[in-house]
Amino acid sequence: MSSATGGTVRTGVTTSAAPLTANPPGQRTVLGRDAPLRLASGATIGPFNVAWQTYGTLDATRSNAILVCHALTGDQFAAEPHPVTGRPGWWDLAIGPGRPIDTDRYFVICANVLGGCMGTTGPREIDPAIGEPYGLTFPVITIGDMVAAQKLLIDALGIERLFCVLGGSMGAMQVLEWAARYPERVFAACAIAGAARHSAQNIAFHEVGRQAIMADPDWCAGEYFRHGKRPARGLAVARMAAHITYLSDRALHRKFGRSLQDRQAVTFGFDADFQVESYLRHQGSTFVERFDANSYLYITRAMDYFDLAQDRGDGVLANAFKASPVRFCVVSFTSDWLFPTVESRTIVHALNAAAAAVSFVEIETDAGHDAFLLDEPEFFRVLSGFLGGAAELAGIARRTVA
Amino acid sequence: MMNRTPTPRTGTIRTDLQLIADMVVPSSRVLDIGCGDGTLLSYLVHFKGVDGRGIELSPAGVSEAVAHGLAVIQGDAESVVADYPSDAFDYVILSRLLPAIFDVRPMLAELLRIGRNAVVSFPNFAYWRLRAQLLVNGRAPHSHILDSPWYSTQNIRLVTIADFLALASELGVHVERAVLIGRDGRVRRVARPGWFDNLRAEQAVFLISRD
Repeated sequence: MSSATGGTVRTGVTTSAAPLTANPPGQRTVLGRDAPLRLASGATIGPFNVAWQTYGTLDATRSNAILVCHALTGDQFAAEPHPVTGRPGWWDLAIGPGRPIDTDRYFVICANVLGGCMGTTGPREIDPAIGEPYGLTFPVITIGDMVAAQKLLIDALGIERLFCVLGGSMGAMQVLEWAARYPERVFAACAIAGAARHSAQNIAFHEVGRQAIMADPDWCAGEYFRHGKRPARGLAVARMAAHITYLSDRALHRKFGRSLQDRQAVTFGFDADFQVESYLRHQGSTFVERFDANSYLYITRAMDYFDLAQDRGDGVLANAFKASPVRFCVVSFTSDWLFPTVESRTIVHALNAAAAAVSFVEIETDAGHDAFLLDEPEFFRVLSGFLGGAAELAGIARRTVA
Repeated sequence: MMNRTPTPRTGTIRTDLQLIADMVVPSSRVLDIGCGDGTLLSYLVHFKGVDGRGIELSPAGVSEAVAHGLAVIQGDAESVVADYPSDAFDYVILSRLLPAIFDVRPMLAELLRIGRNAVVSFPNFAYWRLRAQLLVNGRAPHSHILDSPWYSTQNIRLVTIADFLALASELGVHVERAVLIGRDGRVRRVARPGWFDNLRAEQAVFLISRD
């Protein structure tokens, strides 16, 4: 793979100017046509596109819809082969017939976030006002703006109340925002490996990623699309650094240890001697094939700005959930140091103080933050149990009659 | 250990749990502290229509309870109770957990801060068979309830019915009702347990409230 290359990341796409996927397949809805969406920054946007996919069948009373919120680099292709990479959907293990998020029972909606790069309006899309990509003229967006855009989509789909809003990592941030902002539109909320605010450490990691992108000469001050370039090296480095934070020391050791990559001894050079280096380079190079660098800047920024207590509770998180009718489930993972259990406990603490119905489980695993994307039987048991219990209360039939 | 019999979610639960459930008014707000796998909570939710919450330390117990649709959080009861606002519940249940509480006095105060009533059950350490074991064998007593050896038991507070009544009166806690469970699950309801009750009862369930 990279055994013959030098110290740089060879992606093979560094000079490609072709859009990643000008037109991903699937559903797309134009929103904000009548009235533009007012963003947290004060800017407005609209009309804009939201690209989305669904799994399962919406029941006659439109009561079995689950909105799955994707994480930083996810997209709407949660449970089907990805149109660009051809790989299984990012949450294929969790969503499907008989899976924890059972599509025989629930109607699953997953939408690409505002600022994303898989069909929802973001910096890569054409600004209708000027006829070329937004680039850095795209307004800075927040988690709240993403949720406001999703809410317009749910309105457009004619769904009065979502049975559940569910997501991990940045998805969990959206879940909390949904519950705080539109409690009457959400029956249950499941926030996995998340936080009510982005920590200083996490902002710091994001800043490293952004600096890597912006230090790439091919970034061209955000206007690479004008110059037929893409900052693939910078974006790959950002991904490599971030990817380390998604794992754990033990998981890395278990997977790679100090094993060498296709060689018997170290080469006394800066080639990828170690398997872990080769793995990271691979992560970086495959990522740039499907993700836009400016989108990465915007979405990481949205996470950095997230502070639910500040935004919706006058500094007290419990205020954001006052008298909430929503049933919550909060899940964390023991080895997750990016969104550690203490962050989830803070959420649970606030929900208890607000006398909200909340379940909380810390799952034992060495898989780190990424555990929520993996086959973790205990986690899946809790997830399906929580949904099943809530579905019973919400009066959702066991099997959707098509 | 506070092991709950992993009964299926049917209408039949252990005697002491049934006695606790009998003290809870239907449709009330209930917090079960140390709810285990949620057996009692599940019963209360399904058969008494309560708005039920639980706290449990063991991850396995929490998973089991949440997987059955109960609102249970994982954590140490003594630190988590502080999270709840005053009067959040009509009943706070402490089932067989009292002997495992490190700081008992503030815990009892917390129970009656967050709940209007509390239901507290515990194995009675003054039960005659336990007394006899200690007297005759000179070994730490054990029974089908107190089933862990002295070196690994979670029961660090060896409380008796008389001790509990004394502490209740010292704390100004009102004892509404007491139900005693004797050998073979024989149940007796008494206004206020006396010396002989303390000898004969293997377990006790108290309904207490603020004075």
